[in-house]
Amino acid sequence: MAVLTKVKNKVYNEHAVHISLKQVEKSFNDKVVLKDISLEIGTGEFVVIVGKSGSGKSTLLRLISGLEYPTYGNVLFDDTSIDQSAKSAKMMYQDSRLLPWKKVIDNVGLGLKGNWYPKAKEKLEQVGLLSHQNDWPSTLSGGQQQRVALARALVHNPSLLLLDEPMSALDAFTRLEMQNLIENLWIKQRFTALLVTHDVREAVKLGDRIILIEDGFITLDIKNPISRPRSLTNSQFSKIEKQVLDRIMN
Amino acid sequence: MTNKFITSFIPWLIPIIIVIVWQVAVAVGVVSAQLLPAPFTILTSFYNLLVSGELFYHMSGSLARALIGLLIGGGIGFVLGVANGLSKFSYAFTDTTLQMIRNIPNLALVPLVIIWFGIDEGAKIFLVSIGVMFPIYINTLHGIKNIDPGFIEMGKMYGVKGWRLFKEILLPGALPSIFVGLRYSLGVMWMTLIVAETIASTRGVGYLAMTAQQFMQSDIIIITILLYAFFGKIADMLSRWGEKRALRWHKSYVNN
Repeated sequence: MAVLTKVKNKVYNEHAVHISLKQVEKSFNDKVVLKDISLEIGTGEFVVIVGKSGSGKSTLLRLISGLEYPTYGNVLFDDTSIDQSAKSAKMMYQDSRLLPWKKVIDNVGLGLKGNWYPKAKEKLEQVGLLSHQNDWPSTLSGGQQQRVALARALVHNPSLLLLDEPMSALDAFTRLEMQNLIENLWIKQRFTALLVTHDVREAVKLGDRIILIEDGFITLDIKNPISRPRSLTNSQFSKIEKQVLDRIMN
Repeated sequence: MTNKFITSFIPWLIPIIIVIVWQVAVAVGVVSAQLLPAPFTILTSFYNLLVSGELFYHMSGSLARALIGLLIGGGIGFVLGVANGLSKFSYAFTDTTLQMIRNIPNLALVPLVIIWFGIDEGAKIFLVSIGVMFPIYINTLHGIKNIDPGFIEMGKMYGVKGWRLFKEILLPGALPSIFVGLRYSLGVMWMTLIVAETIASTRGVGYLAMTAQQFMQSDIIIITILLYAFFGKIADMLSRWGEKRALRWHKSYVNN
């Protein structure tokens, strides 16, 4: 389990990762998607990246996951390159990407070696789906599938959890449940979390920090100091939400 | 209860009527018993073949050829399908050649095969192998190529690599398509075998039919036709059963 250390009223997990991007640029076939991105993401921080479709936010996430390499610049995990870092990043996708030919429990245990069964069960318990462990993924609802995908990511005890719009395909109620679940698990385990979303309210609810990407540039980077759990009716909440929305819509 | 009985009985009504009419027609003399023996005569001949052991001898001969041919041809088709689905080089290197060979009907090779292998087992196994190879090759290739790349990316991110990637993601993902190929190739397998065995053979169901033809034993010819139908049905049932077991997760089976 996560060992939490408390330093100057700030709780963090030793296992979590600090990410730095140094003048990162990424282009696909002469089309520049990200330009001169420099960014520090603190250990155990929950950062939300918002932006319109095609702004480059998912590309940024993929660079940090190590799935793509920057054309220029560096992405570092605790000052070492991603390939050499022992810290592991796990990604949750918009579609759950559960393997339909594996039972729920075997999906959670995917890629684990040795006696993974108790660990997988524990994570399924945490997302409230232990009773479905022997079901086929296709029999679960969209929200349940995403919870299984979350369990599959967390069972690896990741230093970094990357969330690529995992809630955008869910209905409003399920989305709220999922947000709370992610927030609670993050509070308990304090991995570094990076969420990409186009839902500003979701960003303000979950993020310690909100970053706006427009046309490949970071155009807004603000702290969100509201104490958790955050209520939508909080005046400060709507102030930050308005600030981000105004910037996007300007 | 009666309704259920009627619905399960109705499909068999026409076959039963046909058999009765057939028997009566032959008995009365409307049809020559020499050309079309009565069902009862066929049953008697069948019993005689069974008791003499001849039936088993020829059936096991045919079955062995079918299975060996399927294993060799299917195995090669599967390996090539996987290799070409995974490696661009392998695909570029072999696919055009394979497609050219595929377009030759395997039975067009019969004269050549007889020169090469004589009328030995080799000839029949070769023809069956060539016939079953392509449906399995094409469907395996299609299955591997059509796996959602998102699954492969996810697998790599979650530490599934090499052999495990194949075993846990690629193979199960391609399996529905491979089964389509298998069932299709079973049809090709029987067809090739029937032709190959009637042309040149000293054993097998096709040989039985050809000798019967020379002695005008229509009853035995009809038995061999029924045997092929029986083989085909059994093979299809086995592959369906395998498919149902292997694809329990699939949408079309999950709720059954």
